[in-house]
Amino acid sequence: MIEIVVLSGKGGTGKTSLTGAFAHLSSNRVVCDLDVDAPDLHLLLDPSTISAQEFRSGHEAVIRPEICENCGECIERCRFEAILPAVPCPSVNPLKCEGCKVCVAFCPVNAVDFPEKLCGHWFVSKTRFGWMVHAQLLPAEENSGRLVALLRQQARELAKEKGFNMILSDGPPGIGCPVISSLSGTSLAVIVTEPTPSGRHDLERIAELCEHFKIPAGVIINKCDLHEGHTRHIESFCLEKGLKVLGALPHDTVVTHAMVAKQTVTEYSHNDFSDKVKQIWIRTKEMGEGLEKN
Amino acid sequence: MIVAVASGKGGTGKTTVSAALVSVWEAPVIATDLDVEEPNLHLFLRPEISETIKAFLEVPVADETRCTYCAQCADLCQFKAISVLGETLVTFPEMCHGCGGCLSICPEGALSAGTRELGEISWGRADGAAFLMGRLRVGEAMSPPLMRAVKGKLNEMIAEKSADVIIDAPPGVSCPAVNAVMDADVILLVTEPTPFGLYDLKLAHKAFQPLGKPMGAVINRAGLGSTSVYDYCSESGVDIIAEIPYDPDIAKAYAGGNVITEVSDNLQTLIRNLATRVRSMAKNTAKNNVREALHD
Repeated sequence: MIEIVVLSGKGGTGKTSLTGAFAHLSSNRVVCDLDVDAPDLHLLLDPSTISAQEFRSGHEAVIRPEICENCGECIERCRFEAILPAVPCPSVNPLKCEGCKVCVAFCPVNAVDFPEKLCGHWFVSKTRFGWMVHAQLLPAEENSGRLVALLRQQARELAKEKGFNMILSDGPPGIGCPVISSLSGTSLAVIVTEPTPSGRHDLERIAELCEHFKIPAGVIINKCDLHEGHTRHIESFCLEKGLKVLGALPHDTVVTHAMVAKQTVTEYSHNDFSDKVKQIWIRTKEMGEGLEKN
Repeated sequence: MIVAVASGKGGTGKTTVSAALVSVWEAPVIATDLDVEEPNLHLFLRPEISETIKAFLEVPVADETRCTYCAQCADLCQFKAISVLGETLVTFPEMCHGCGGCLSICPEGALSAGTRELGEISWGRADGAAFLMGRLRVGEAMSPPLMRAVKGKLNEMIAEKSADVIIDAPPGVSCPAVNAVMDADVILLVTEPTPFGLYDLKLAHKAFQPLGKPMGAVINRAGLGSTSVYDYCSESGVDIIAEIPYDPDIAKAYAGGNVITEVSDNLQTLIRNLATRVRSMAKNTAKNNVREALHD
């Protein structure tokens, strides 16, 4: 199974617009949105939900006032400052509670309940480009990577069932847990960057993360005409680190116009920009297939 | 007064707005980068860093000679960071959230406190402003513990010398983003007038609404896209407190590492007006708080 995940470190470099175009340009694969916190791919692909499931993960502390003797043990033991003194019993801030169970275990009168939490929903859907697996975390929930792992598992099963050999995923921003969960054991990371100080800085960190987990990576330089100096630096950085430059795209407002039209850029326009995206997809696919063969 | 600059979607211009606000702020201010996964504010404010310290999380270290394999630690741990397999005690320090439960519950004293490096906290000065940032170690999965450490340092800095705070928050609306904005007096939602911008603005607005803080939208790249963001703001009562026009010169200035107030007098004025607006939002809240307190 070839798993391609599109990442960037920095948000807003064009991950989702490019993943959407790649979904348009490819076939016999499952598309997956691994940005479960602020997912956007569905806005381009307009999925119809076939099945929706609840995602439950972790627990949260709830103090029962009728039992609590307000001794303060839980307040003292909580390392997350999630429990504050109050009357008649301490109050738990659910935004700070990490669900560690320490207050439950050490409450001398067993006054703390520990219900499981509903953290979000995940969906198997059909789009005009085929199957899609995606999710939406509830606001303020822990973006633990567990939902990302679950989506990847579902996508693999669905691909196997349909006889596809590829999963194409839109990844989350950053370098933390959800990104690590998107990367681990994937065939190819495609890093979308831009020639800005932030783009360069964040490329270096995400590339280091890929190296750390020994994931082969290719780089797409988006808005390459924004700053020639940074573009040159990115190219030499890639050369030095053995990262394949899959292509460069100029800054073009057609990407925004396509998004407003709720289409992928390669559907919306047949200009030079779209041709470049097509070439990049061919190189990306070839790289993924080559890695799979080895 | 604490101002958090947030957004659901990444790349809408949080850092651009944060850096610009810091550059025009007319009072002592601490520029704070809480986007510890991908901190970028320093690239534009170019601070002189006076000190960098490593931040650690307390994780268990096992002493197998004392362990009786009772597995109370493993039963308590909610993060699969410790397990007992037959007569072997295994810890997975990278999974640990640092709750300290296993250390307290072990009846044999077989677990002691070790550390996991989370990343670095740096501080210094950028022109007239104080500067503070966290930088997550590459490979470290959890940003909230480092964010807590950065906020701890921030509280020390505020206690030392009272100052306003401008926070560059991480993207998204999950736990790290909410933690970055929860102590703020005013939350700015930076967005762009596109379908992605709109969808993520709605997520952010809904996620932060329960905090009960005044929120205002800053529309970046105004003019490129559609009107749906404006419609949403007017329907849902989110005031649009600034519009930064779509302008290739701004993108080029950003690419060159410049703060956008340097681009033109118009932008300088625009950001100054935004700062004034933010101040008045905070003042109104303070007034309301006093009113509520009197009412109580």
